[in-house]
Amino acid sequence: MDFSLTEEQRLLKDSLDKFVQQEYDFESRRAIVENDAGFSAKHWQTFADLGWLAIPFSEEAGGLGGGPVETMLLMESFGKGLVAEPWLTTVLMSGYLIENLGSEEQKQRYLPAIVQGEMQVAVAVWEQQHGFDNQVVSTSANAVSGGYEINGQKEFVINGQNANCLLVSAKIDDGNESSLGLFCVDTTIPGISTQAFKTVEGGRAANVTFDNVVLDESALLASGEAVEKAIQHCMALGTFAVCAEAVGIMELLYNTTVEYTKTRKQFGVPIGKFQVLQHRMVNMFILYEQSQSLLLMAAIKLSEGGEEAQQAVSALKTWIGQAGRKLGQESIQLHGGMGMTDELNVGYYFKRLTAIDALFGNADMHLDRYAKALS
Amino acid sequence: MDLTISKKYQDFRAEVKSFLEENLAPELREAGRFTTSVFSDSGLAMNWQKILHKQGWAAPHWPVEYGGTGWDIVERSIFAEECLKAEAPLLVPIGLQMCGPCIIGFGTQEQKDYYLPRMLSGEDYWCQGYSEPGAGSDLSSLQTFAESDGDDYIINGTKIWTTYAQYANKMFCLVRTSKEGKQQQGITFLLLDMNTSGITVEPIIGLDLVHEQNTVFFDNVRVPKANRIGEENNGWTVAKYLLEFERGGSEYAPSIHFQLQKVKEMAAQAKTTNGEPLLNDHTFRRKIANVEIETKTLKFTENRIKAALGSGQNPGPAASMTKILGTEISQKVTELAIEAASLNALILQPEAIEPGSGVDPIGPELTLTAMPRYLNTRATTIYGGSSEVQRGIIAKMVLGL
Ligand SMILES: Cc1cc2nc3c(=O)[nH]c(=O)nc-3n(C[C@H](O)[C@H](O)[C@H](O)COP(=O)(O)OP(=O)(O)OC[C@H]3O[C@@H](n4cnc5c(N)ncnc54)[C@H](O)[C@@H]3O)c2cc1C
Repeated sequence: MDFSLTEEQRLLKDSLDKFVQQEYDFESRRAIVENDAGFSAKHWQTFADLGWLAIPFSEEAGGLGGGPVETMLLMESFGKGLVAEPWLTTVLMSGYLIENLGSEEQKQRYLPAIVQGEMQVAVAVWEQQHGFDNQVVSTSANAVSGGYEINGQKEFVINGQNANCLLVSAKIDDGNESSLGLFCVDTTIPGISTQAFKTVEGGRAANVTFDNVVLDESALLASGEAVEKAIQHCMALGTFAVCAEAVGIMELLYNTTVEYTKTRKQFGVPIGKFQVLQHRMVNMFILYEQSQSLLLMAAIKLSEGGEEAQQAVSALKTWIGQAGRKLGQESIQLHGGMGMTDELNVGYYFKRLTAIDALFGNADMHLDRYAKALS
Repeated sequence: MDLTISKKYQDFRAEVKSFLEENLAPELREAGRFTTSVFSDSGLAMNWQKILHKQGWAAPHWPVEYGGTGWDIVERSIFAEECLKAEAPLLVPIGLQMCGPCIIGFGTQEQKDYYLPRMLSGEDYWCQGYSEPGAGSDLSSLQTFAESDGDDYIINGTKIWTTYAQYANKMFCLVRTSKEGKQQQGITFLLLDMNTSGITVEPIIGLDLVHEQNTVFFDNVRVPKANRIGEENNGWTVAKYLLEFERGGSEYAPSIHFQLQKVKEMAAQAKTTNGEPLLNDHTFRRKIANVEIETKTLKFTENRIKAALGSGQNPGPAASMTKILGTEISQKVTELAIEAASLNALILQPEAIEPGSGVDPIGPELTLTAMPRYLNTRATTIYGGSSEVQRGIIAKMVLGL
């Protein structure tokens, strides 16, 4: 088996790593996540200039035709810097839904704007009452003359407060039948209220309520089975992406911890000399290596498409949820009091790993999914 | 073994309950409910201490002659349990639980007469100055130096992680008075006034974004020798005595049990993928069950230790065992809580758990403390002797390794 990167992939990785190194030291990140939007508009433009906003789109759509490997490289690098720019939601997830469900006209309206960095789109599919089941929704879209009327609530819309437009799943009821529809909703339309919040690791998300929001027909991207499938795949992509991010974080965290224990002295020796701690760090290293392996497996399965891809992503998310939590906790413990402060980046990596377990369904949920699909 | 609950204890429980009923004002209960560490809101905790003090209940574990209640070990547990259930604020332990017993055990009559009443009434607010940037687990390597100058010491050095130094007017600390001999030998236990000139306090913000800890700098700080507890160079004996109180003085199981009940409530409200309450989810129930079994196990381990203490024995290394168990099991409970809170746990909303803020929570109120507790509780296996250090003690003292 050959796991080496192509020349283009290597160049991409180099430029990503260079960006993170130069622009995303801990203090710079702190300044970025503390501004109103929670990310840097300047960096977003840089992403556009470097072509990163075009990565996952097909060449016909003006993209670079990147796949899971490119997503993996990007998110791993972003993990190491805890990059706050909303690539995951605007480009990867929203981009996928629009490219795969939208009409030519809709694609023309949104994709170039996304690629050029002019538009933010967010995915609004999660609902409090249904956990992470994205197929069952309470939000309704009733057919009214010339369009639809949306009512309902979506929770934890990542980057929802900055989005120009939201991709909203809703049950379409035309009187006879109901089916799942996906709408592209301009956030300036009356009836949308956004409860914006920061997240524990410095991210941004919002709960969004739709109260008699009237849309015209052109807002509907698609409906029926195609939507169900596309949302499912979009979630798999998002899950895979945060797992790649987690692997980047884990690599950085175990290294940071090892380095810390080489310099921190107690009882006259670097604490890394204590065998109890050595074995713990060896376990952290092994957790990271295993995570890297499973990430590659999932990247391959996703590239191949097909039935096994979902299963592979659930395996990955289960593993990362558990391994990430463990590795994060160990990093704090081994840093002692220093690990408990807001002054070291360790705490933020730890918090992001904790958040990643909760996003897209935690380890238990994915284990359950995996178990149900056992052959 | 006496397993019957006597009438005496039933009456006592009723008395405690009705006292709490009458005296725990809503804002005090709110402070208790929104507690995310071993400390409740500082001001409200002090208000509560004043109310308890009036009743004579501020320090149940102290000897009666110094203001204790004279309750036996069962009554003390009943009191603690009822306070927990009523969600009373936690009293700041640094004075009452930590410094108090040291003064009682090692102080002069004059020191006892002066400090203990002020500690009980809450007039003095204490902080603990042990750790230093270079002296954490290896506490006895501390370098803050107290130089003798007539009737005073002149102190120079730095203390770190000093919890609540920003509120405290008093500190008990360990300083070096001699560089001779083994590092444990040149240490002295001192009490000092935080208003003394030359002391500077700088905040350390925690990863839960709360300001609990501080760095305290000493620049030629003059402290009377009369403030010394015990002999010069004999502070390590006092410190070790205190560490045992810090580690084993309180029971963990009751509060873990209480937090676990809250996780169940949260899980009853949360929905899984199929729209069912999370509490009905087989996997999650089994996880709760496992931690509940661990908690029950700890409860009876603690009961055995209490029985031994009741018959006059010292907790010794058993305190290390319960500290390891208590802190590690409570960490597991906080993990279950963030799982039950799911995405709601990720929402950063410190204002909503500020007692009296009136800020509406985003998401269910029960989930508000899940993440702050999860983050804060990571510290419990680090402070007061880390889990690694405690295991080291057991290996040496119990297993003879
Ligand atoms: C929230 C919080 C509140 C605190 N409040 C106070 C306070 O009010 N007053 C005060 O004086 N101090 C306080 N402390 C300090 C606390 O007591 C120290 O953090 C603790 O002693 C550990 O020291 P350290 O942080 O320097 O970690 P280190 O000693 O550097 O330990 C780092 C890691 O190495 C491990 N380690 C160290 N030695 C060994 C060994 N021999 N074998 C195996 N593993 C080892 C530790 O277990 C830990 O995992 C507080 C700490 C925290 C986190």
